[in-house]
Amino acid sequence: MKHLIQKGWRPTAVLILLFVLWELASRLFAIPVWLLPAPSDIWLEAINGWEQYNQHILSTILLSITGFTIGSSVGLLVAVALHLLPNVREAVYPLMILSQNIPIIVLAPLLVIWFGFGWLPKLIVIILVCFFPIAVSTMDGFRQTDRELMHYMKMAGATNGQIFRKVEWPQAIPSIFSGLKIAATYSVMGAVISEWLGANKGIGVYMTLASSSFRTDRVFVAIVLIMTMSLLFFGVITQLEKRTTKWKQEEDESHG
Amino acid sequence: MAKLSIEQLEKSFDGQHILENLSFKVDEGEFVSILGPSGSGKSTLFHLIGGLYTPDAGNIILDGKTINGKKGSISYMPQSHALLPWRTILENVMLGGEIAGKKDTKRAQEMIEKAGLTGYEHAYPSQLSGGMKQRVSFIRSLLSPQHLICLDEPFSALDEFTRLEMQHWLLSIWEKHKRSILFVTHNIEEALYLSDRIIILSNKPASVQKEIILPFSRPRQEDIMLTEQFLQYKRDIYRALKFMN
Repeated sequence: MKHLIQKGWRPTAVLILLFVLWELASRLFAIPVWLLPAPSDIWLEAINGWEQYNQHILSTILLSITGFTIGSSVGLLVAVALHLLPNVREAVYPLMILSQNIPIIVLAPLLVIWFGFGWLPKLIVIILVCFFPIAVSTMDGFRQTDRELMHYMKMAGATNGQIFRKVEWPQAIPSIFSGLKIAATYSVMGAVISEWLGANKGIGVYMTLASSSFRTDRVFVAIVLIMTMSLLFFGVITQLEKRTTKWKQEEDESHG
Repeated sequence: MAKLSIEQLEKSFDGQHILENLSFKVDEGEFVSILGPSGSGKSTLFHLIGGLYTPDAGNIILDGKTINGKKGSISYMPQSHALLPWRTILENVMLGGEIAGKKDTKRAQEMIEKAGLTGYEHAYPSQLSGGMKQRVSFIRSLLSPQHLICLDEPFSALDEFTRLEMQHWLLSIWEKHKRSILFVTHNIEEALYLSDRIIILSNKPASVQKEIILPFSRPRQEDIMLTEQFLQYKRDIYRALKFMN
């Protein structure tokens, strides 16, 4: 906690300063609320509008978590499979990178055409955005083996399976976590994008409705909600990481 | 009967002749050092014995059985400690046994105690000093089920003081748990202080240049390093190595 205060006071101070400037500017120049609401207006809407958006939050959270879980599992499985089959990796890896260059905004309407307006196209969008960071970082993690360590394992008579379980997998765990962290924030974004396409619930829907009726204050509420969700998600994974990779922290401490 | 015999070993990599007609033996419970200039193929020799590669010609015989290209027959301690950073010391020293399917926590605990690492069982390698990591690495090879231990310049990355301390420590542990040891080094004093026998390799392609049987008694005392006899051996070996270049 003390650590958090020590490290966090500077950015917090900057943030507060920004809000104060923003508030002052909107009052001084009398900027209309539909153009740019002051932080106080957004705050009021966030409190008073709870009835309006609480149902949307739950739906988005559910969608992101489901998509994230499936997406990261698929990413992990693909990474393991490609690692164990180097020939297939060489054939597929460039295509995977290419696939990431397709803008998700373009792909999403196509998915709706193919799969309708249900949960499936939305899930696919999230799975697609989560899959890639995890697959790539996991594969990188598998390949960071120390040569002497591999020699040791092989000379000790370790089978390929043992090498994978005892060396490659545990060594990839920190990389897997960095992939998971990226995917977690992407998953919330993916969920919101997929909700724009047509849904009856979700932060994405709330946001579209708000902007089309010039309720800019609500758009900002939606932005705050999305940021909070991403941060929460990120925090949960960071905590999990801290528990699973105790050895890594010892390492960082003794080198740092 | 010899524990390990190397018979007319030949190996080339990419047209480079590395080992040529290399033959020597290690007896049961014997400490043999291999001394040679850097890049003389010492590591290749270990990789061959460890079964990472197969020799182009010749045989590697362990306990009467040919082990050309067969992995898992020796216990190996590499130049860097090669400990798994995510395992505690206790889990690390049991790795060799674990690979062979025989885990013995009690014995591991005993060895850690004997090695003077009590209290570090549940520490991670990053919390240990360089010398301590090498100790853990050596205990790991002692706890492995294989009877021949191959050490590849294990102390070369340590400072002089730690190195002396580690040599002394290695002998004290080894003299209690007699195993056959094949020890690669480029440090003449180290080879003289530790071994029963020294094999000097020639420059590439490596073959046995000279073999020296050392008369020093066991348990070894540190002060033999200052005796005239020790220095005489050192001069001889130095000349033999110098002569090659």
